[in-house]
Order: sequence, then structure tokens, then C-alpha cells
Amino acid sequence: MNVPKSWTDQRMEEIIANLLRAGVLLAAFMVFCGGVIYLVRHGRSLADFRMFRGEPVELTTLRGISASAFRLSGRGVIQLGLLILIATPVARVAFSVWGFYAEHDRMYVVFTLIVLVILLCSLAGYAGPG
Amino acid sequence: MSVFEFTGLVWIGSLAAGFLGSLTGLGGGVVLVPLLTLLFKVDIRYAIGASLVSVIATSSGAAAAYVKEGFSNIRIGMFLEIATTLGALAGAFLAAKVSTGAIAVVFGVTLLYSAFLSRRPRSQRERDIPPDPLATRLRMNGSFPDAGGMRSYNVQHVPAGFSLMFGAGALSGLLGIGSGAVKVLAMDQAMKIPFKVSTTTSNFMIGVTAAASAGIYLSRGYIDPGLSMPVMLGVLLGSLLGARILAKAETKWLRLIFSLVIGLLGGEMIYKGLAGGI
Repeated sequence: MNVPKSWTDQRMEEIIANLLRAGVLLAAFMVFCGGVIYLVRHGRSLADFRMFRGEPVELTTLRGISASAFRLSGRGVIQLGLLILIATPVARVAFSVWGFYAEHDRMYVVFTLIVLVILLCSLAGYAGPG
Repeated sequence: MSVFEFTGLVWIGSLAAGFLGSLTGLGGGVVLVPLLTLLFKVDIRYAIGASLVSVIATSSGAAAAYVKEGFSNIRIGMFLEIATTLGALAGAFLAAKVSTGAIAVVFGVTLLYSAFLSRRPRSQRERDIPPDPLATRLRMNGSFPDAGGMRSYNVQHVPAGFSLMFGAGALSGLLGIGSGAVKVLAMDQAMKIPFKVSTTTSNFMIGVTAAASAGIYLSRGYIDPGLSMPVMLGVLLGSLLGARILAKAETKWLRLIFSLVIGLLGGEMIYKGLAGGI
């Protein structure tokens, strides 16, 4: 009983680890490309992060980010990469639901689903005030 | 300073933070926010957003290395993530309500406490404790490879650990750090989980916790691409380099120096927060 269970856990973790690594590499690549575009276009302007102004809608919503990334705006491409990065742990949790289901561990399917719902609520922006 | 110079300097600073953070096991996020706010005069909200993003990158990037070691316990991690993600939402919600000065003070206190914790000896005593009924029902007890073969362990005090994890999540959501120190404290001290299992499971949880508040920070406009780009790329590369030479390096002195730096930054954050400089 113990051997197959730990084997599946180990196998599941290996797949998850590869998933995460691929997600991080893809995100880093996009952030880098976006960074090159951003620096080429705005490298000589003045850096100012002292005052908090918040980001425009095109950099805070999924629709806005994908639209500005598609226009090859440097900041848009970076933000899309960051969005992919934020999505990697969410993908890990989603995959774990399937993994626990495959192990017939109903209790942990429920626990993992709770975590997934909390994450999706946050990403959808329902949990915070705007 | 031009955007070009600023990006380069922030990248170098983040590289150093990620490198030292991973080499000493204290995490890069704790020095990143003070570095950005105190040295680069970045607004603390932008600093927290960028730090949160880099925390996800290091946690996800390091996962592969931890899985090979076979120490982390995904059941413990997943169950406690219910607490950390809820805490992270609460923390991110709170971040919009309190003043930036108050956030700086809480940050400073957390830094001082982390510096204090890192000086304490790790608990490595043998634990032959009877199984706890709740932990058994939650199937948390496990085993890990040790010098003398597989060693099994029994998890204790699940409710206490769960509450501490909510606190760790709230700190993470409020300050944009991984709060690995509090997570390890909850597992190692409260739940009596072996140190190695605690640290690796903590790393596994950090990314998921940070993702819970990152969504809110993103929609609130705290995550600026121009700042997050050098921070994320620098911390990620730095922490991967740090993990690579970790096995060979003598980290005792490095840990001492790094915890002193963290303590000093903590004092400075408290002072600036109270004096209204942040």
C-alpha cells in the first residue's frame, strides 16, 4: 500500500516541478523580451517610482494586458509575462486536484479545490476592493 | 537617473538580494523591499508588488531542486495553504487600508524578528512522539530520507500550525514577502515537523501564497512592469546561482552578516515609517 502511494506522490511532484520550471522560463523569457522593447523605447527618459500613481487599466486587467502585449508595447509584454508567472502556482494547484483524484484521495481533492477557488477569486479580482 | 541606469542598478541589487537570500536560506524578498524603498526611493506599494512577483519566481524556479530531495510533504503543504492563501487575501486587503508608514513599521518589526530567528539553532533532536489523532485523520504523517535510512515523523498541533499559517499568509500579503521564516516556525516549532521537511514544504507553499495576493495587487495597479522586470530577472538569476553553489559554500559567516544586514534594515524601516519618510 505504502509503496505505490509514495510512488504516485513522487511522480506527481516531478510532473509539477517540470510544469513550474517551464512556466517560470516562459515568463522570464517574455519579461526579458518586453524589457528589451521597453528599454529601447524608454531607456533615456527619467525613472520615477517615487510617487504612487497606480497602473492604467491596460496593465491591470487580463483583457488590457493581452491587448497591449499584442500591440508589442514593452510594458504590456512584460506584464503578460508576469501574469504567466502568477499563473504557474495556480496551475500547480489545479494539477494537484487531478493528482489527488488519481490517488482516490477525496479529502485532499476537496482541500485542494478550496485553495484553487481562493486563488481564482483573487485573480478574478473579486476579493479586493477594485 | 534615466530608466536605463535605474533598470541596471535595480537588476544588480536584485541579483545580489536573490543570491544572498538563497545562499543563506533567508529569502531574497526580505531585503528587496527595504533596498527599493530606502536606496532607490521607490514607493513602498510598487516595491511590494515587484517583490511579490520575484517571490513567485524563486519559489517556482526552485521547486524542481526540492522535489529531487524528496523532503517536502505535499499533503501538509496543501492543507496549510488553505490558511496561507486566506491570510494572504486578508493581508492584501489590509494593505489598501493602512498607511504606508504603518506598513513600513510592520515590515521593520518582521525584519528584526527574522534576523533574531535566523540566529537561533535549528532543532535537530530526535522526535519520538505519538501520533496526533487529527494529524492522522488528515494523513499528514510521513517519512523522509535521513542518514540512517527513511525516518518517519508524526505531526502535532495542527490547529496551532494552521493559525500561525494564517498569520504567515497575512504578512506575505501585506508586505510582499514569502514569509518563509514564519512558515518554518509554524511547522518546525508548533507542528514538530522535522526541519528539512519544514523548509522544503515552506518553499513549496510560498509561491501559492504569493499568487493569492498577487492577483489583488495586479488589479490594484501595484505591479509596475518597468520596476518588476529587473527585479524579477535579477532575483531569479541570483537565487538560481545561490542554489547552485549552496552545497559547497560555508554559510555560517554569511548567515551572520546577512542577518545583521536584515536587522539594520529593519531598524531603518521602523525609523523611516515612524518619521514619515516612507
